[in-house]
Amino acid sequence: MITEQPPPIRKILVDAPPTVAPGIAPPAGGHAATSGAAHHRRGEAGPERMTLQGLSVFYGENEAVKQVSLSIRLGEVLALIGPSGCGKTTLLRTLNRLTELTAGAQRGGTILLDGTDVDALEVTALRRRVAMVFQQPNPFPMSIFDNVAYALREQSRKRPGRSVLAPLVEDALRRAGLWDEVKDKLDAPALRLSGGQQQRLCIARAIATRPEVLLMDEPCSALDPRSTAVIEQLIGELRSDLAIVIVTHNMQQARRVGDKVAFMYLGDLVEYGPAEQIFDAPQAQRTRDYVRGVFG
Amino acid sequence: MAVTASPRPAPGKQRPKRESMADWRWGDRIAYVLCWGAGLALCAIAALIMGYMAVRGLQYLKPSLLWSHPSGEVDQSDSGGFLDPIIGTILLTIIGIAIATPIAVAAAIWVVEYGRPSGLARMVESGIEVVAGTPDIVLAIFGLALFQHGLLGWMSFTAEGGAVFGRSFLTAGAMMSLIALPMVFGATREGLQSIPAHVREASYGLGKTKIATIRRVLLPAVRPNVSTGAALGMGRIAGDTAIVVILLGATLRLEKEGGVPGLDVLKGTGSTLTSYVYNNSPAGEGNAPEKAYAAAFVLLLLVVALNFTVDLIARRGAKTGLEGTRLGAGR
Ligand SMILES: Nc1ncnc2c1ncn2[C@@H]1O[C@H](COP(=O)(O)OP(=O)(O)O)[C@@H](O)[C@H]1O
Ligand SMILES: [Mg+2]
Repeated sequence: MITEQPPPIRKILVDAPPTVAPGIAPPAGGHAATSGAAHHRRGEAGPERMTLQGLSVFYGENEAVKQVSLSIRLGEVLALIGPSGCGKTTLLRTLNRLTELTAGAQRGGTILLDGTDVDALEVTALRRRVAMVFQQPNPFPMSIFDNVAYALREQSRKRPGRSVLAPLVEDALRRAGLWDEVKDKLDAPALRLSGGQQQRLCIARAIATRPEVLLMDEPCSALDPRSTAVIEQLIGELRSDLAIVIVTHNMQQARRVGDKVAFMYLGDLVEYGPAEQIFDAPQAQRTRDYVRGVFG
Repeated sequence: MAVTASPRPAPGKQRPKRESMADWRWGDRIAYVLCWGAGLALCAIAALIMGYMAVRGLQYLKPSLLWSHPSGEVDQSDSGGFLDPIIGTILLTIIGIAIATPIAVAAAIWVVEYGRPSGLARMVESGIEVVAGTPDIVLAIFGLALFQHGLLGWMSFTAEGGAVFGRSFLTAGAMMSLIALPMVFGATREGLQSIPAHVREASYGLGKTKIATIRRVLLPAVRPNVSTGAALGMGRIAGDTAIVVILLGATLRLEKEGGVPGLDVLKGTGSTLTSYVYNNSPAGEGNAPEKAYAAAFVLLLLVVALNFTVDLIARRGAKTGLEGTRLGAGR
């Protein structure tokens, strides 16, 4: 029986002084290694990356997301919480227009990415800038290398060879904290990896194109506690280059990883604010009940 | 292994009572024995066929038969082997599968990945079912009528008066593709349907178009299915007789047609192992039953080899790590 080596668990430096997020996007390609960087929890947020104005989503007659306005900032983790069926997944999938794939889904309101309406962008370009990690790890049935390389390859006729892609693949796998575990078996089928490794591969795939926003839909719900800890650690490391929106069911997780928290209930955005405020001094009665575990 | 289970129960522990046939009702016992017997009988029949053909085939099979041409006479009892029928079988199988595979894969992709309007998709599927259910002899005479049309004269021999012969490797191969097509289509469709929706979604989520998703993710994933379907289809083509007898011209030797090298064989006529067996069996005119047995044995080996290929592909498909996922189901 092959037992997976436990991935190295790095310590989160909670007490380290917060590093202020850079005011501009890091230049593509060269940026400081994030592994040693402090977890700048509650640091000053970077510039606004995405703006949601009066966003509504309908499935036929059913309004799954109702008039939600939010902003998503660079260097900040926004945790979306709320009971099942309140529209978290729908909201997330709308941000990179994946809801358009659902027949009968309609959207109202505006979503801006760096000031541009996402409807004005090419949908393929938008999804490269606003990447997604799904609830179930869903690597492609191909090798580990090809999973990441596929994301990197442009749609163009001329396809870059392995030698061109290899450093980029390595970089993405390193940033996803998976490199050390897979560097000797890049050609092994991705579906042979453990669930936690598969999910980190999906993260590597998603961040390979250096998106500006990373959407994560309950990325740990299918994983064991150890893999969950590794991914939470990873979120802390990735946040300095990215805006992250994470949907979670798990209040403790929202508290651990979220800088801002948005609480949704039946499609409404009930409360949105810094994590401490939502958890320690919620304004709305519903939020208070939910974070104290009264319902949901 | 971390946990080693002892095969024997711990001493002092009561062994759980196993279900035994003694508790069964009589009807159940009889049904059980019948099921068991049916399985054994099938094994016995398969062994009997293989054994009989092997004994008779090996008895008459001389290596020289494999590389000598059939006799020019109708009567094959004195001289000649079945080199031409072997080449014919291989050639016809390749032509048939080469035509069938791209069409079947394209149709399966359209039905599963696009399939709009859904009425049309259902029509395509029932069309393929009709083709699959059509007896090969019907396909053969339809093919003859079709390929004797003047417009398709380039595929076979055209006589002085402009009458089109309609019989050639090309025309037989084209009809043979219809025998293989449903198998390739079915295997590909099942492969595509077993790929969970979230795999496609993952690709769209990376900013890939539908075309890119099909080419780079879905098609590679169903390659083992396509290969399995193709190998099954090749077995069907190699084993078919009716289309060969009617559409290949029933000349035991390869007869070239036209002066273009390569194309002359395709436009020409010939035979396959099946038509050779038919010809030389007591039902035919060849008058060489022992050669029929030898050729039948070679054909059987060929088809069994194809079936093993199917197994091999299926097992290799499982090695890609798909086992245990829904993608690996049904392989
Ligand atoms: N594809 C769909 N078609 C129709 N209704 C849907 C679809 N997906 C989600 N819904 C509905 O939208 C609402 C929100 O669902 P979802 O966004 O999945 O919630 P959450 O992720 O918060 O559990 C639910 O009422 C659900 O039934
Ligand atoms: Mg959800």
